[in-house]
Amino acid sequence: MVKDMNKTMDNDVSTAATTADTVRGVSLRPDSLPSESSGTPNKEMIMESRDLQVHYGDFLAVKNVDLKIHRNEITALIGPSGCGKSTIIRCFNRMNDLIPSAKVGGKIFYRGIDLYGEDANAGEVRRRIGMVFQKPNPFPKSIYDNVAFGPRVNGKPSKSETDELVERSLKRAALWNEVKDRLSESAFSLSGGQQQRLCIARALAVDPDVLLMDEPCSALDPIATARIEDLMQEIKGQYPIVIVTHNMQQAARVSDRTAFFNTEVDADATRPTGVLVEYDETRKIFSTPSDTRTEQYISGRMG
Amino acid sequence: MSAQLPNRGLLQPSGLKARQQRAEVFIKLFLAVVAASGVLITTGVVIALVRPTVQFFQEVSISEFLFTTDWFPLYEPPDFGVWPLIIGTFTVMLIAIVIAVPGGLAVAFFLSEYASPKTKRILKPFLEILAGVPTVVFGFFALNFIAPNVAQKIWIFSDIGFYSALAAGITVGLMILPMMTTLAEDAMASVPRALIDGAYALGATKREACTGVILQAGLSGIIAAAVIAMSRAIGETTIVLLAAGSTANFTFNPGEPMQTMSSFIGFAGLGDQPTDSTGYRTIFAVGAMLFVITFGLNILSQRIVTRFREVYE
Amino acid sequence: MSTTAVNIASRFAPDLKDSTSPSRKFRDKLFLSGLWIATLVGVLTLFFLVLSTLLKGYTRINLDLITGFPSPFPEDAGIQSAIFGSLWVVVTSGVVSLFIALCSAIYLEEFANKESRFNRLVTLNIQTLAGVPSIVFGILGLAFVARGWLGWGFTVGTASAVLTMMVLPVMIVSSREALKAVPSSLREGAYALGATRWQTVSKQVLPAAIPGIATGSILGVSRALGESAPLILLGALAYVSSNPSGYTSDYTVLPLIIMKYAQEAQEEFRAVGAAAIIVLLLLLVGLNLLAIVIRDRSRKSW
Repeated sequence: MVKDMNKTMDNDVSTAATTADTVRGVSLRPDSLPSESSGTPNKEMIMESRDLQVHYGDFLAVKNVDLKIHRNEITALIGPSGCGKSTIIRCFNRMNDLIPSAKVGGKIFYRGIDLYGEDANAGEVRRRIGMVFQKPNPFPKSIYDNVAFGPRVNGKPSKSETDELVERSLKRAALWNEVKDRLSESAFSLSGGQQQRLCIARALAVDPDVLLMDEPCSALDPIATARIEDLMQEIKGQYPIVIVTHNMQQAARVSDRTAFFNTEVDADATRPTGVLVEYDETRKIFSTPSDTRTEQYISGRMG
Repeated sequence: MSAQLPNRGLLQPSGLKARQQRAEVFIKLFLAVVAASGVLITTGVVIALVRPTVQFFQEVSISEFLFTTDWFPLYEPPDFGVWPLIIGTFTVMLIAIVIAVPGGLAVAFFLSEYASPKTKRILKPFLEILAGVPTVVFGFFALNFIAPNVAQKIWIFSDIGFYSALAAGITVGLMILPMMTTLAEDAMASVPRALIDGAYALGATKREACTGVILQAGLSGIIAAAVIAMSRAIGETTIVLLAAGSTANFTFNPGEPMQTMSSFIGFAGLGDQPTDSTGYRTIFAVGAMLFVITFGLNILSQRIVTRFREVYE
Repeated sequence: MSTTAVNIASRFAPDLKDSTSPSRKFRDKLFLSGLWIATLVGVLTLFFLVLSTLLKGYTRINLDLITGFPSPFPEDAGIQSAIFGSLWVVVTSGVVSLFIALCSAIYLEEFANKESRFNRLVTLNIQTLAGVPSIVFGILGLAFVARGWLGWGFTVGTASAVLTMMVLPVMIVSSREALKAVPSSLREGAYALGATRWQTVSKQVLPAAIPGIATGSILGVSRALGESAPLILLGALAYVSSNPSGYTSDYTVLPLIIMKYAQEAQEEFRAVGAAAIIVLLLLLVGLNLLAIVIRDRSRKSW
């Protein structure tokens, strides 16, 4: 199943279910979902991968990945370097489409829709499944324009709608108070940790359904890291999070479910392929893992 | 978990977005068409040269072209022996190369191994400025300065007039010097520092590092640079037109005026040749020759780099 | 045996003084002086070029030069028609070739498959064009634009078309470099928010590449301004005593009027030519300063 960016852009499949021309999702979700007030968080499964695998050319980078992402949860992907965690997470918002040699096999479902099927438009996928990158990558624009970029390319919000969106997104990302008086300043005038929160605000501004984070704290100092971990806990109720992290302690602190990846070498392969070893509730992974490989990684004997 | 019908539109773009995506098809097509125009120009060059050249050789025999030595194509009766142009071109080119290649190499050595950062900071802009001076200004310089003060002063082997291949060649060489310097510098920079430091560590002087190590290690790049300089010298028109006179002289004496292929084309283009005359078509025949020679040199230069490039681990 | 021992001992002097042979030192000095001579030649060339031109032309540097037109009388000769001709031709070819170059660069770098045959074909063509002697472009213009298919004659339009073709390879290469220099993290950030390719290019990549594109196009415009060879074949050496009024006008340009005056027998005319060179050089210096300013300002912001 090979999809590349060019083909998708030419794919014109609009259904009768398309909405009017106003910005879809401009109004952010209310601050609490109905299910939360009833006490038990809604743990509905929102994304699922089945036998996911990725080839780069002839090289099989990662295989056999079965994951389920649930609402109100943070799912962590951990494992040694080179085992395909970043590759996998980039499948979840079809960023791998941008790499010509990448071929995605298996299936990913978002709310039951095949992410790589004909009913899925890549641009829309990325709007709904947001991503924060390892190194903060704010645009060379003002703070305001950074956050406003997403809504502007996905619709035509008015000035007041944009103002409101920017404020709410920055508040959601716990950055508003620090920048509210200097929205027109360059994004690069912010510290590293602030820039990363800006990127989070930017991603939240398009009202995603899921937030993917690819090692978001690895370029930050411990204090900035702690702030982002707190933020993640605050927003996981509205935005289920999938996070790739090198830092086991972070995964243990922050996540509800953990997926442990490792590498294995096939007899006929020259380079090791990544595999999903174990996927379970975090407290179980870190206290009584089922697989010895997991146990060895957790206790520091490998990786 | 099968696809639930109410969700089908969930991952489809909104109307606006869908229109944007459709428009992108046209944007991509438009850009591709414009990009193709670059290809069109090269084909245009080739076509422009081929037909009139073929017609030319239908009227003028190849043996007259290649084996006689009088070039008076615009006279009555016309003569079409091309040798004076070839000799003229190569004379000017050789003089230019003699100045530009060793000179450029020397300045490149100086900049790479000898010059202090302060000197470099002054010298490099100088060379950049020199490289940006238009050829017509050099042509004027040739007439105004080089011809009376240099060419006529140093040419002791025979009489030398105001217009000479020597004056033109010297000026072309000076014009190409900055370009050769830059290319040679690039070739030298690609030699790994470790190699050069190894020479110094053995007690070599800077000269020995330059001539013994850098020159040999970067040789393919340096030769490729020299070939490009040759191509540039052959293609130079304005300086030669101004300084070397307009007689297609069959001679090997650079003290005399000569005409090169390029300067002949410029000269012929100044007059008003009727479109379908043989005189008009000589422009294309000589132009084709010029194109083939410079194209061949450019390809040679690229081949030298790719085939003989020294590979360092 | 004892002689060998003595030889070995004397080979290494008891101190670390320089033991280079005199001939080796001499060759070092010779080499270095050769390098200095070459460098001086380069520096002096520029020096003498500017000086000799200034000396020849300084008497004619005044407002009359720019306000006057070519005339049979050297005292009245000015270069206004050449200045305006250059303006018309250079601005037109600069704008047109920048547009074509940008479209090509954007297509090749952002939209097309990098490995495709089309991509490699176009890149190869651009490299070839860059190595073609400029006079050959004049022949191309003569065959297709001045006469032949388009039949525009010796006009501003013809000159613009030919210079556009000449400058195009330089523009395309520098635009591509400018686009390549934009970090991919910028593009990824935009795509991850659901932007389409064109939105990413137009709203993020292009704005970030503008300084590089600007300096590249100034380079191209400088070349067009100083170019002489192709225009020799396209009628620019004619005696033109009025400014162009449109794309069908006769024209001349600064480099060619310099050529014209350089060949005159009368000393006074040659002085006008020298003055015209000074004007041309000042314009080029101005353009290059503009490029430097743009480059520096873009580094300061953001």
